[in-house]
Amino acid sequence: MIAKSKEINLTNDQNIKSFKFDGFLFITISLTCLMGVFILYSASNESTDVLIRQVYRIIIAFVAMIIVAQIPTEILRKLSPWSYLGGILLLSLVLWLGESGQGAQRWLNIGIRFQPSEIMKLGVPMMVAWYLHEKRLPPNLRELIFILIIIAIPSFLIAKQPDLGTSILVMAAGLLVLFLSGISFRYILSLGLLAIPSSFLLWEFMKDYQRQRVLTLLNPDSDPLGAGYNIIQSKIAMGSGGIFGKGWKNGSQVQLEFLPEKNTDFIFAVIGEEFGLLGVLTILFLYLIIIGRGLVIATQASDLYGRLLAGSLSLTFFFYVFVNTAMVVGLMPIVGIPLPLVSYGGTSMVTLMVGFGMLMSINSNRKLVAKK
Amino acid sequence: MASKHIKDHRKEKELFLNRTIISILVGLLLISVVLIRLYQLQVVENEFFVEKAHGNRINIRATLPPRGIIYDRNGRILAENKTAFQLELIPEQVKDIDDSLMRLSNLGLIDNESINSIKTEIRKSQQFKPVTIRTSLTDSDIAEFAVNMPNFSGINLQPRLIRSYPYSEATSHVVGYLGAISKNDLIKLNRSSYDPNEKIGKTGSELFNEDHLHGVPGFNQFIANARGREIPIKTDSIFLEKKLPEPGSNIYLTVDLELQRLATELLGGRKGAVVAIDPNNGEILSLVSSPTFNPNIFSNTLTTDQFNELQSNEDQPLFNRAVLGTYSPGSTIKPILGLAALEIGATNLTRRHVCKGYYSLPGNSHRYRDWLHTGHGSINLHAAISQSCDVYFYEISNEIGIDRMHQYLDAFGLGQKTNIELTGERIGLIPSTKWKQNMFRREEDKIWYPGETVIASIGQGYMLATPLQLANATAALATRGKRFQAKLILATENPINKEKKYKNSTQLNDIEISNQKYWEEVVSAMHNVMQGNGTAQNAGLDAPYRMAGKSGTVQVISVGQEEEYDETLLEERFLDHALFVAFAPLENPKIAVSVIIENGQSGSRVAAPIARAIMDKYLGY
Repeated sequence: MIAKSKEINLTNDQNIKSFKFDGFLFITISLTCLMGVFILYSASNESTDVLIRQVYRIIIAFVAMIIVAQIPTEILRKLSPWSYLGGILLLSLVLWLGESGQGAQRWLNIGIRFQPSEIMKLGVPMMVAWYLHEKRLPPNLRELIFILIIIAIPSFLIAKQPDLGTSILVMAAGLLVLFLSGISFRYILSLGLLAIPSSFLLWEFMKDYQRQRVLTLLNPDSDPLGAGYNIIQSKIAMGSGGIFGKGWKNGSQVQLEFLPEKNTDFIFAVIGEEFGLLGVLTILFLYLIIIGRGLVIATQASDLYGRLLAGSLSLTFFFYVFVNTAMVVGLMPIVGIPLPLVSYGGTSMVTLMVGFGMLMSINSNRKLVAKK
Repeated sequence: MASKHIKDHRKEKELFLNRTIISILVGLLLISVVLIRLYQLQVVENEFFVEKAHGNRINIRATLPPRGIIYDRNGRILAENKTAFQLELIPEQVKDIDDSLMRLSNLGLIDNESINSIKTEIRKSQQFKPVTIRTSLTDSDIAEFAVNMPNFSGINLQPRLIRSYPYSEATSHVVGYLGAISKNDLIKLNRSSYDPNEKIGKTGSELFNEDHLHGVPGFNQFIANARGREIPIKTDSIFLEKKLPEPGSNIYLTVDLELQRLATELLGGRKGAVVAIDPNNGEILSLVSSPTFNPNIFSNTLTTDQFNELQSNEDQPLFNRAVLGTYSPGSTIKPILGLAALEIGATNLTRRHVCKGYYSLPGNSHRYRDWLHTGHGSINLHAAISQSCDVYFYEISNEIGIDRMHQYLDAFGLGQKTNIELTGERIGLIPSTKWKQNMFRREEDKIWYPGETVIASIGQGYMLATPLQLANATAALATRGKRFQAKLILATENPINKEKKYKNSTQLNDIEISNQKYWEEVVSAMHNVMQGNGTAQNAGLDAPYRMAGKSGTVQVISVGQEEEYDETLLEERFLDHALFVAFAPLENPKIAVSVIIENGQSGSRVAAPIARAIMDKYLGY
């Protein structure tokens, strides 16, 4: 009892005395964002308007990251079920009275417009990690089923908006916690087998345009001016960039607007065209060391909750990068997942940075424990 | 409890590390797949995609060749290209399109009625593509716009080449005019040589010589974005190809502008045609149809209303009567039939027939009238031609027979194409027993009746010929049987080195007549028509040269047996057509002419003076 209170006191002291911060993460993230801003400026045909808004978002996101970094992991853990439940509530509200944009209901207007599905990108892994925190690992079947339900509810609600991309990300974040918790491969195999019939079920749930995207991936040339146009043009952009690229603001596919969604989902192709294979490798390298740092923080975390959350956040970030790049080079269907830290867009940027804030918090927590 | 917890803790940590390592391996595997793909796209297939990206942004714009110029035989310009100014509107550069159009209309630069159609066009067009809102501005329009230009941003004055016909009405049918490419044209045209907004030859020489006049378009490559908007080049690294257009060939027509103008003036807007031809080579010296029209309106703003008015005009000004109009040749064929009668022995140089003013077939009471009701009395072939006695020809008609009439008229090129370099020429009709057999379905209609031969002998009945064919046949009379294919194109000229390529005349088979005297008898009778006691002696007065001719006056409606033809009671459109054919000089002919005046009533009185005037002009008197 005494020890415990002392620990809390220490935490409080530390709170006041030191500023919690991870220099390595901060620098690599900043570099990525900086590169992203340059690319976005070219992708948007040198629109200062786009540039200013993106920089503004990055600043907000950095502030959010630093604030979250100051929150002790203990408190994050205790907040987990509440953020999850709050998220579920808001998602239900979206379906009930949300605002639609581009054919989907994703937005909720409570003073500021935001997408509750973003909360779940963090809420789900937090909730799963919170649930497993007290349990003996690896989880047993009963726990597994409970976790699957925790993941399934928000995924279903988001998919219904419909927002397949975010739904997949939320699902991935939750399942990754499960994987990291050491769930038996027997279960993983069974889940995999279960995935086959459920993919048919998913096909039934898909909107026509989503099905079209899958079909188009299989044969993009079948509809070169329609759904296949994006993939064809993005491959031309990437391929014509070569090793060294055409130079900043010099990509013909980008500047002449042949490349669709060049500010958002297809910005990776802008890097490919203007900076070539070298540019692409650079940004991938930055991503990999960010992920690597995240995984180091996870393995060094002082408690199970921190470990699982940090691991999941890092791997989800990888998942982001992989799905987006694989989509742009034509290996996966177009699922509307932006390139993290680079694509133009506000909400997901803030969510990502809050995630990094949590990583920093988890890291600081370890140091505290180590000092003790 | 506590020990178990610690033990679990370590095991959990190990398990986590284990799983993290698996994750990293899987992650590296996935990222390698992406890297392999990147290598494939950016290194292996790089060239392929560079080419694709190049193809994406390079657009081609045709540069149109200047159209060839059309000259008359003496090198006077009949059709040329002139710069005209038009107003173009670029939608994205105009703030308030409605307001701008309204203000242009207030300045009188565009029609109030055309505003709606302009707006529809703007709506259909891409935002950055100029839309033509007014063509062919006059000098005062240009001045008006220039003064107000600052108030019309996004509306520009653009120069453009338009076709111009300096002698408009006088050459309209022979030269023709241009018009927009229609769906039917697209089938015939080589599409790659044409811009959709280009105009092509619609009639006359402009149509017939389209391929020569048009030239070969060149192209300019330019950089365009995904929506086709032209983008200025940022770097010099891109090589843009360019090919200059090859201008169309110039064309020299055989017509003489002075004769065109004179014939147009003499016809004076009456319905009719004049064709003059050089009998020694078949060159068309003049080809005029009347009433005529101003072809320049087709280059400018021809509204649908204006076009419809031209099309529905009862006098059919757009219709080229000289090659498309078919008329009963009437008495103009008498010299040919006289020649035929002599050659086959249906008559001889001295045989006489008595003309009482009418003729009846043996055993039939039907009277075929002569135009001279009192009759010509006892008359030979020479006088029958010069006085145009119908009864003489009625008398010998069944001795010649319809099929031999056909044979000789055919030899003179009637009832067949002259192959003049104009589109749509009509072949007319020279009947025969075989023709009637094929033409009609009912058995009784297939039979050729002797009475039909009687009226065929004075060029009436089924018989039809174009003014061009009549001039052509007259030319063959002038040369005493030497025939040439009608020719309208004198030469083509390379517009760059000005090298002329003359077109050869095509001589056709001679008309074989056994006795040269027969030619001279007929020609002499024709000479008498104009310069003796013949029907058109007034037209031949006081000429310093010798000429020959033959009149024709053909019924438009048939007059009943007991009726009198009273011209004062008939509507103008039922009045007789006036025809005249002529050539001169008599011994070494240089020109053959045919003249037709619809409802002109008298060939010798109305048509003959026109033929005379044309010959005077051409022979320099």
